[in-house]
Amino acid sequence: MNHTQQSEPIQGAVMVIGGGIAGIQSALDMANSGFYVYMVEKSPGIGGVMAQLDKTFPTNDCSM
Amino acid sequence: MLTLSEVTDISGEEGNLQVKVLQHPRFVDMDKCIACGTCAEKCPKKVEDQYNAGLMKRKAIYVPYSQTVPLKYAIDKDNCIYFQKGKCRACEKFCPAGAINFEDTEKELDLKVGSVIMAPGFTSFDPSSQDTYGYAALPNVVTSLEFERILSATGPFMGHLSRPSDKSEPKKIAWFQCVGSRDMNRCDNGYCSSVCCMYAVKQTLIAKEHSDVDLDCTVFFMDMRTHGKDFDRYYEHAQEEGIRFIRSRVHSAEPVPGTDDVLVTYVDERGHQEREIFHMVVLSTGLEIDEHVVALSQRLGIELDPYHFVQSDTFHPVATSVSGIYACGAFTGPKDIPQSVMEASAAACAATQPLAVSRNTQTKTVEIPAEKDVTREPPKIGVFVCNCGINIGGVIRVPEVAEFAGTLPHVVYVEENLFTCSQDTQDKMTAVIQEQGLNRVVVAACTPRTHEELFQETLINAGLNKYLFEMANIRNHDSWVHANDPDAATQKAKDLVRMAVAKAGLLSPLHQTDLPVHQSALVVGAGVAGMTAALSLAQQGYPVHLVEKSGTFGGNALQLHRAYQGEDVSAYVKKLTDEVSAHDRITVYPESTIQGVDGFIGNFTTEIQTPDTTETIAHGVAILATGAREYKPDEYLYGSHKAVLTHSEMDRLFMNDDPRLKAAQNVVFIQCVGSRDETHPYCSKVCCTHSVESALELKRRNPDINVYVLYRDMRTYGKREDLYREARKAGILFVRYALQEKPKISDSGDQVRVVFRDPILDRELAVEADFLCLATAIVSYHDQTLAQFFKVPMDADGWFLEAHQKLRPVDFANDGVFLCGMNHYPKPLDESIAQAQAAASRALTVLAMDTINVGGVVCHIDPDLCAGCLACMNVCPYGAISEDKEKNVAEVNEALCKGCGACAATCPCEAAILMGFNNQEIYAQIKGALAA
Repeated sequence: MNHTQQSEPIQGAVMVIGGGIAGIQSALDMANSGFYVYMVEKSPGIGGVMAQLDKTFPTNDCSM
Repeated sequence: MLTLSEVTDISGEEGNLQVKVLQHPRFVDMDKCIACGTCAEKCPKKVEDQYNAGLMKRKAIYVPYSQTVPLKYAIDKDNCIYFQKGKCRACEKFCPAGAINFEDTEKELDLKVGSVIMAPGFTSFDPSSQDTYGYAALPNVVTSLEFERILSATGPFMGHLSRPSDKSEPKKIAWFQCVGSRDMNRCDNGYCSSVCCMYAVKQTLIAKEHSDVDLDCTVFFMDMRTHGKDFDRYYEHAQEEGIRFIRSRVHSAEPVPGTDDVLVTYVDERGHQEREIFHMVVLSTGLEIDEHVVALSQRLGIELDPYHFVQSDTFHPVATSVSGIYACGAFTGPKDIPQSVMEASAAACAATQPLAVSRNTQTKTVEIPAEKDVTREPPKIGVFVCNCGINIGGVIRVPEVAEFAGTLPHVVYVEENLFTCSQDTQDKMTAVIQEQGLNRVVVAACTPRTHEELFQETLINAGLNKYLFEMANIRNHDSWVHANDPDAATQKAKDLVRMAVAKAGLLSPLHQTDLPVHQSALVVGAGVAGMTAALSLAQQGYPVHLVEKSGTFGGNALQLHRAYQGEDVSAYVKKLTDEVSAHDRITVYPESTIQGVDGFIGNFTTEIQTPDTTETIAHGVAILATGAREYKPDEYLYGSHKAVLTHSEMDRLFMNDDPRLKAAQNVVFIQCVGSRDETHPYCSKVCCTHSVESALELKRRNPDINVYVLYRDMRTYGKREDLYREARKAGILFVRYALQEKPKISDSGDQVRVVFRDPILDRELAVEADFLCLATAIVSYHDQTLAQFFKVPMDADGWFLEAHQKLRPVDFANDGVFLCGMNHYPKPLDESIAQAQAAASRALTVLAMDTINVGGVVCHIDPDLCAGCLACMNVCPYGAISEDKEKNVAEVNEALCKGCGACAATCPCEAAILMGFNNQEIYAQIKGALAA
C-alpha cells in the first residue's frame, strides 16, 4: 500500500449503518481506536432488537 | 449519531467514500427536548407500539422505550393527527421546553468516510401467512418476540405471565420450533436461524419462574440445537426442571370452541397422531433480512445469498463483495448475541485496517478547563434534586426534599430539576457551580452505575476535581421500591440526602496519573486464530510478538481438507503463514513457550523460552490463541482397527487422495463421540457439519457409496443447514441414536460391523463398514500454567472464561488480555477468524492510547499502620497487592487495583484505605443515616 500516491488523503472517519448491539460494538471499538464514527440509525433511537429482550442467557441480566 | 436516517447511496473507493444520508424530520428539537413526557401524555392519538411487538399502544409522539438513546421524543408523522387532519398541535401547546417544531424538514447529508460497516440486523419472521398455526386468527398464539415482551417487566403485562385474549395466567404453554426456519415448503427459508432453540429453552425457564403455578411447558422441536458455550448444560437443566421436549414438527394449531385455548395436533416419533390442548402457543420465529436492507444492498452492489444474507467466505467473515463495505451481525447469517458482538469488533478491525495511516486525524479532543484548588476552602455544597420526569416526582415530594437539603450543614445552594441528566441542565449546572463557587456537588437522582460519569464530567467542565461528587439514589432505592408509600419515601429521600451531604463535606480531590502504554502486542499460539490476530495488528501499524510452542504454524487447520463452503483450507493456511512470516512488524518465536508474565494493561513484561535462549519482551496487550485438540477416544475399536478413524484422519485420506476411498462401499459416521456425555458435557459444535461435508465428499468421489450418519441431534446451524439438506437429497442416511443405546461395533476382518437401532422402523440394523469415522469431541489443553501467568480463569470444561459471555466475548476480566479461537470454545474456521479479528480490535482500543489513567478510587496502604499480616493480599481478587519484603508491609499497584475495597474491609489495622470511601467518610454517612 502506498498511500502517498493517492490524490486524496485516506479518511480518518468511518460509518456504521444500524444501531443494534452489533452496530454499537463496532462504533465503540472504532471510536476507541482513533476514528471518527458516524452512526446511522433508521429509528428514533439505538438499541435494536436486544433492547426488546427480557433477559438473556446465562446471566439473566436484563438486556438494557 | 444520525437517527431517523438512512443511507441512500455510497460511491468512491475504499479510503475515500462519499455517502448520501437522508435524515427524516423528528419534529422535535433535540437540543430543547427534556424528555419530560408531557407531550406523549397530552397526545390524543394511540398507535400500535412496535417496541412491545404490537401488544401495547403508544402515542403518535413517543420515545421507543424509556432508556432510549438519545432520550428525545419524535413525532410519527404517519399517525400524527395534525399531519393527517391539519389540526391538534396539543404537544406543541403543552411542551414546557418549546421543543416541538412542525416545520422540521427532511435533510440530505453528504458525508466523507474511509469505510462503512453494515449492521442492519434482522426482522423476526412474520408467521401470519402460515394459517395452519393460526397466528393471525388465534389471539393466544404469539411469536417469540411477543412472548419476550410478555415476560418483560416493561412489557404490556408488567412481567406478569398472562395470555393476550383474557389476561388470565396460562398453566400450559407450547413452543413450536423452526417457524420460518428450515422450511422450504411454507416459506423459502431453508436455513436454520441458530438462536431459536436456545431462546425457547430460556423462555420456558423464565416463564416457569414468573408463574405462580407449576407451569407445564412443552417444546416441539426437530433437532435441539444448543451448540454454544454452556448451552447444552442449560438444556439438560431445563429437562431436569420438567420441561417436556417432544421431537415433532407440529401439524396444526386450531381453536377449541367455547374457549380461548389452542388444540395442537402432532405426530410423534413412532408415527402416532396425538392431540393436546394448550392455553397458549409460542411460535419460535426465525430471523430474516428486512426488504429495505435487501434493496439497499442491491443498490450498493453487495452480493447476497439466496436467503438475502451477505455472501461471505469462510476466510473473510466480515467482508462483502464491495471493497470498503463490511458487514456484521445477523446480516451475514443468523447468529446469537455473542457471535454478533464478536463480528462487530471484527468488522471494526477489518474496516479500519486500510485507514490505519489516518488514525487520530479526525477525532476531536475535548478542552478541559484547569482544575481549581479547593483544599483550603471550607465545604460549599450544592444539592441538585431530580424529579426524573415522574419516576421520582410522582412518588416523592421533591420540593420538600429540596427545602430540607437547604437546612443541612455546608449546603449553600439547592436546585430542583425535572431531568438533572438532560444536556441543558448539565450546562446550567456548570454555570451554577462557577457562579456560586461550589466546591462539592450532591445529586439526588438515580444510580451512580449509569450516571456518575456524566455528572463527574460536568464537574470537570466547571473546573472541579471529579471526585468532589456524591450521589443519593432516591429513585432505584426509593421511589421505585416504595411507590405505594409517598410519605415514607419522601422521608427516606431526606435520609439519603443527609447521608450524601455528610459524606460530601469530607471529600477530598483525588488524582489520576498517566502511565505510558507500550504499543506492541504478544500473541500466544500461531494457529489460524493467532496468525489472523497477529497479522491484523501488524497491518494496523503495531509490532507483534508471535509465540508458538510447535515448529509449524497453522494449528488444527493443517489437518482440515475443506471449509464448509468448500474452500481449500491448506492453500489459505499457507498464504496466511507466508504473510505472517514476511511481515516486518511481526517477530515469530517458533518452538517457544511462555515462562512468566509480569505487569498490567499497557505495561506487561513476558519471558519467552526459545530453543536457544530466554528473551524478555515488553508489550501493552496479550492475545491468547492457544487452540484446542481433537479427542482420541477409547471406544468403538478406535486405535485397534484400521477401519476406524477420526475426522482429521479421514481428511488426511481426502488430501492424499487415498485409493481406499474409491473402493469403499459402506461408510458410517458416529456423532458426539466424547461430546455431550459425562466427561465432556458440551457440544463440540463443528462435528455435525464436518460429517455432512465428508459424507458429501465421499458421494462426490463415488456416487454409489452408501453413507450412514448416526447422530443424536443434527446441529448444522445457520447456513450450514443447506449442506444437511443436500446430503439427504444425495441419499445419505441419517439415523438417530440415544446416549443410552449407542451403536455397537465389532471386528469383521477388513471391515467393522456396526449395529444400531433405527427409531422410526424400531428395529436393529447392521452395516459392514469399510470405514467408521468417529466425529470426536474438541477438548481443551487445560493449560493451567498459562492461565495463571495471565491471571485468567478457566471453566469446568477447560475453556477460557471471557469477561462477559454475551457482551464481552473476547475480553478477559484482566484488562489488556484477550482471547480468540478454540481455547474459548470449539468453533469452525470462520468463527475463529472473526473472533481473532475481534480480539485484535479490542487490543487496538488499548494500543491506540499513548497513556492509560491509573489512580482515582483505588486503595492505599499506609506503611506506618500496616502490620504486614498480608490478609489484604489474600482477599484481593485482582492480584493488585504485593509484599514489600524489605519493609515487611503490603503495597498496592494502582494500575491493577479496581477499588473494590475488599482489602480495606479486611485490614485489622485500618491501614488499607479506599480513596473516596475512607473510614471518616463512611462513618459520617452512617452517622447521617442514624440522625433520622
